[in-house]
Amino acid sequence: MSETLLTVGGLCKDFGGLEAVKNVSFEVRAGQIKALIGPNGAGKTTIFNLITGVLPSDAGSAVFGEQQLLGLPTHRIAALGLGRTFQTSLLFDQMSVLENVMVGHHLAGRSTMLTAALRILGAGAEEREYRETAMVALERAGLADLAGRSAAALPIGQRRLVEVARALAAEPTLLLMDEPAAGLNMRETDRMGEIIEEIRAGGVTVLLVEHDMSLVMNISDEVLVLDGGQRLAEGTPEQVRSDERVLAAYLGEVTE
Amino acid sequence: MAAVREAPPQAPTPNEATAAARRRRAQKLQIFGFFLFVALVPLAVHNRYHIHVLIFVGLNLILATGLNLLMGYAGQVSLGHAAFFGIGAYASGILTATYGWNPWAALLAALVVTSAVAWLVGRPTLRLHGHYLAMATLGVGIIVSVVIRQTSGLTGGSSGLPGIPAMTVFGRELTTSMDVHYFYFVWAWVCLLTVVFANLVESRPGRALRALHDSELAAETLGVDTATFKVRAFVISAAYASIAGTLYAHSSMRFLSPTPFGFHTSIALLVMVVLGGQGTLWGPVLGAITITGIQEVLRPYTNWDIVVYGLLLMFMMIVMPGGVTRGLASAWSAITDLIARRRGGTDDE
Repeated sequence: MSETLLTVGGLCKDFGGLEAVKNVSFEVRAGQIKALIGPNGAGKTTIFNLITGVLPSDAGSAVFGEQQLLGLPTHRIAALGLGRTFQTSLLFDQMSVLENVMVGHHLAGRSTMLTAALRILGAGAEEREYRETAMVALERAGLADLAGRSAAALPIGQRRLVEVARALAAEPTLLLMDEPAAGLNMRETDRMGEIIEEIRAGGVTVLLVEHDMSLVMNISDEVLVLDGGQRLAEGTPEQVRSDERVLAAYLGEVTE
Repeated sequence: MAAVREAPPQAPTPNEATAAARRRRAQKLQIFGFFLFVALVPLAVHNRYHIHVLIFVGLNLILATGLNLLMGYAGQVSLGHAAFFGIGAYASGILTATYGWNPWAALLAALVVTSAVAWLVGRPTLRLHGHYLAMATLGVGIIVSVVIRQTSGLTGGSSGLPGIPAMTVFGRELTTSMDVHYFYFVWAWVCLLTVVFANLVESRPGRALRALHDSELAAETLGVDTATFKVRAFVISAAYASIAGTLYAHSSMRFLSPTPFGFHTSIALLVMVVLGGQGTLWGPVLGAITITGIQEVLRPYTNWDIVVYGLLLMFMMIVMPGGVTRGLASAWSAITDLIARRRGGTDDE
C-alpha cells in the first residue's frame, strides 16, 4: 500500500448552528483516485473549502505530507502542491485561454514586479518559456485552437477542460476536483473520466466530489460517503454500492 | 441559460501562440508610433500655451496610467490619488527649494516617501475584501490636503511654495524659456512609464493582478498571494503619481499651491480612467487628452468641470461601461460584422 498523502482528522465546521461538517476523518494515499459522495448538503464542498483554506475550520486537522494545512492561507496551500478546480469553473474571464493556463505557472515563475516591468534578469525569457509550455499543455488537452479565445466565450465543457489544464500547469501533487462532470453531457463526462485517469497516470493524486455515480464508480479506487456532514461509509466502489446505510441515505429508508 | 449571440465560426488558427506574438508586436508598434507622433508635435505646435497644455496632458497621462493599473488590473479604486500626486510634488518642492537638494535625488526621495505612505494605507485595507481602499484613500486625500494647508512653515500653506529650481538633465537646466525641452522631458517619462506598464501587464505579476481581478478565489488556489499583489499594485500606482508630482513641481511655474492636489483632481483622474477604458493600454491616453482639454476649456468657469465629470461618469456607466476604447472597438466589430453579412448576402437569419 502506498504512502498516505493527506490525512484529515476530526474535521468540524459549524455555520452558525448548522453543523456542516461533523468530525470527519479520512486519508488519501498517493496515486489514488478517491471520491467524496453524498446527497446535497452532505458537506463535500465545505470539506474542500476547509482543506484549501478558503474557510476557517472549527476543529480538526488536515496534514498534507508533513505540513498542517489548517490555518494556512489558500495561496500557501497551493504552493505546497495542492491544486483545485471548482463546481462552476472559475476561469479568468477577461483573459484568453492561453493566459488562463499561464497563470497556472505563477508558482514556478520567478519574475517580480520590478524585473517584469523592466524585462530584466530573465523576466522576458520566463514569459516566452511559460507561453510555450502553456501552449504545449493546451495542445495536449486538445484545446490549442482556443488559445487566443476569450475564456468568457467558452461553452461549459471547454471551460472545465481549460480549468483542469490550468490547475495542472501549477504541477500539483494532489488535485481536488469539485464536480468535474457537472453540466457535461454523457460524451463529455466519459471524456472527463478518461482525463482524470490520465491525470493519475501522470503521477497526480486525485480527490474528487462528484454526483455522477457511474463516473465515480468507474474511476475511483476508494469512495467516502458523507451524509449530513458525517462520515457514513468508506470503501471500494463495490463495497459502498452494496452498503445498506448508503442506499438508505440516497433512496430513503428501504428497510421497515 | 441566457441566450447569447452565437460567435461567428472562426477558422482554427494553426498556431495561436504566433498569433499572440503578432498581437504583442502590433502593440509595440502602436506604442512606438504614438511616441513618434508625440515627438513630432512641437514641429507643428509653436504656441507656448499649447505646449504647456500638452505637458499637462503628459502629467495626467502618467497619473491615469498608474491609476489604471490599480483600477483596471487589480480591480481596486483610489478616491484620493491626487494625494500621492501632492506628496510627490511637495516632497520634491520642499527638498529642492528649502533644502537645496538635487532635483533627481529629490525625485527618488519623493518616490520613497509616496510609496511608503501607499504601503501603510494599502497593507491593512487591501487584506479585507471589498472597497475599503476606496474609503481609506478618500481619507488620505483629505488628510494630505489639510496637512499641506496647515503646515505652512514647511509647505508654504495656502500662499504656496515658491522658488523651486529647474530640473537639470546632463547638467543643463530645463528653464521656463525652454518649454519645448520640458515637453520632451515629460513625454520621455510618459514613454518610459507606458513601456513599463505594458511590460508589467503582460507578465507573471501582471497576469496575477488580472487574475485576482476576475476571481480572487481561483487566483489564490493557483498560488497567487492576492493581498500582497494588490498592495504592490497600489504602491506602484502611487509611485506613478509621485513621479508626475515631481515633474509638476519642476514644470514651468516652479511653484506649488494646495489646489491641484485636492479631491477635485482625484475625481478627474478617476473619470480619465473610466472614460478611456479601465484595463486597456490606450484608455488613459484618450482619457487624459479629453479631460485635460475639458479642464482647459472650462478654466474660466470655476468648479463647473466637476459637473461635467459627474455627467461623463454617469453617461459612461450607462452607455459604455467598458470605456470609449472598448466601446469603439465593439462598434467597429459590429460594423465589420454587418458588412460581412451584407457581402454574405444569402445567409439565413
